[in-house]
Amino acid sequence: MSYANVSLKQRSFGETMRRGAWWAQPLLVFLGLSTFLVYSTWAAFQGTHYWLDQNGANYLSPFYSPEIFGSSPHAFFGSKPAWWPSWLLFSPALLVLWAPAGFRLTCYYYRGAYYKAFWADPPACAVGEPRKGYLGENSFPLIMQNIHRYFLYLAILFILILAHDAWNAMWFSDAAGSKHFGIGVGTIVLTVNVILLGSYTFGCHSLRHLIGGFLDEISKAPVCAKSYSCVSCLNRRHMLWAWTSLFWVGFSDLYVRLCSMGIWHDWKIL
Amino acid sequence: MRTAVFKIWRGDENGGNFVDYTTEISEGMVVLDAVHDIQAKQANDLACRWNCKAGRCGSCSAEINGMPKLMCMTRLDELPLDEPVTIEPMRAFPRIRDLATDLSWNYRVKKRIKKFKPRPPDAPDGTWRVTQADIDRVREFRKCIECFLCQDVCHVLREHHKHEEFVGPRFLVHVAGLEMHPLDTEDRLTELKRAGGIGYCNITKCCTKVCPESITITDNAIIPLKERVVDEFYDPLGTLLKLFRPKS
Repeated sequence: MSYANVSLKQRSFGETMRRGAWWAQPLLVFLGLSTFLVYSTWAAFQGTHYWLDQNGANYLSPFYSPEIFGSSPHAFFGSKPAWWPSWLLFSPALLVLWAPAGFRLTCYYYRGAYYKAFWADPPACAVGEPRKGYLGENSFPLIMQNIHRYFLYLAILFILILAHDAWNAMWFSDAAGSKHFGIGVGTIVLTVNVILLGSYTFGCHSLRHLIGGFLDEISKAPVCAKSYSCVSCLNRRHMLWAWTSLFWVGFSDLYVRLCSMGIWHDWKIL
Repeated sequence: MRTAVFKIWRGDENGGNFVDYTTEISEGMVVLDAVHDIQAKQANDLACRWNCKAGRCGSCSAEINGMPKLMCMTRLDELPLDEPVTIEPMRAFPRIRDLATDLSWNYRVKKRIKKFKPRPPDAPDGTWRVTQADIDRVREFRKCIECFLCQDVCHVLREHHKHEEFVGPRFLVHVAGLEMHPLDTEDRLTELKRAGGIGYCNITKCCTKVCPESITITDNAIIPLKERVVDEFYDPLGTLLKLFRPKS
């Protein structure tokens, strides 16, 4: 379309007439995401202290769930497979973490946040940018963000597995090996984790579209209309769920890890 | 009486600079009141668009202390008056004179968007039947007053000047209002992807922040449109499933 008759100068990086600490929010996002990135990478490569079976507890770190291969009793297919190349570092987390990482990386909220905080594109609203060229999500590589809904399908599967882990965390083994219901601090930590992750996942913009948003006459499909309304309700606080679930999933891993290492002790409430 | 200093951009398409004006202020004043006072007493030739003074017409858009705002809806008691208040024209559009910018590009863009095309009438008297729930979703988009503050703050237009390739948030809202309308039968998705350049939007939500009508531009208009574009062009699994979906 040939619309423009516009000749305007681009401002230099950081140039703005805005007052106040416009840089504070992108800085907080940068620090928050960087901290999580560093911790989760470190934790994923450890390959140890990711489950707790002391005092009858039955906790598995969400970074390592589902555990496809691994040395804990939670592993689906036993320990590290023999065919795994010896030169390749093995950790059960590395087999699964790419899916939730991809879901967050392509999430509409995080995209807006990290484009600002990590790429200064723009650094903040109405603030000058460092680069002249701009491709947006119109061409490779960022056009790949359009696969978000595929990561959503995987994320929903992960929520079901994490809910099963939280259920397992409610069953403690006694000395005779039989299971009985109980609640420890770890049970609460893992249950809150799945609730927060669920609220984030089920408030996803792609889900909102797929569940009913794609319809122009949604009233003709009452189930879609009700589901759309529920997802929209969660979606209105998507940023809140994104941050709380990110913090809590990291804390859940830390809790299981420190208990497993004997630094913290899981307190059994019931 | 208290006074405040206003730094107002004076100039035209060839350039200009900020000029300081000190004027008396009183309780309840908005920025447009101060500009009118300066215009009346100190700078009779100051160019500035305005009309309703009630946030309904969208004429008095400008950048106040660096953020796009309506001058008539920005109260002076919301601003730090211990330092000069800067008022400048919108940066995304060519300057005409002082605070007035050339907005004609917007009207040219709008003309090229496919018009509303309703399905055949539902009743013999030529009327349609629509449920309230279906129309509620698009009603939000009808609140737009075309102040173009969202266009101004959008970095794709403001910093990168992609006016040739990107229609901007205002017209994405307009297209959303048409595409999601329960009666509309037109398909604008190909146009939206290609000439509309929806892929240029990188979801900074700045448009939502500055909208004086509080339209949830990014979440309710742009992202749903992006998802419809994904349905059409980037979702092979969805395309496959559509083949097996019963035709309505």
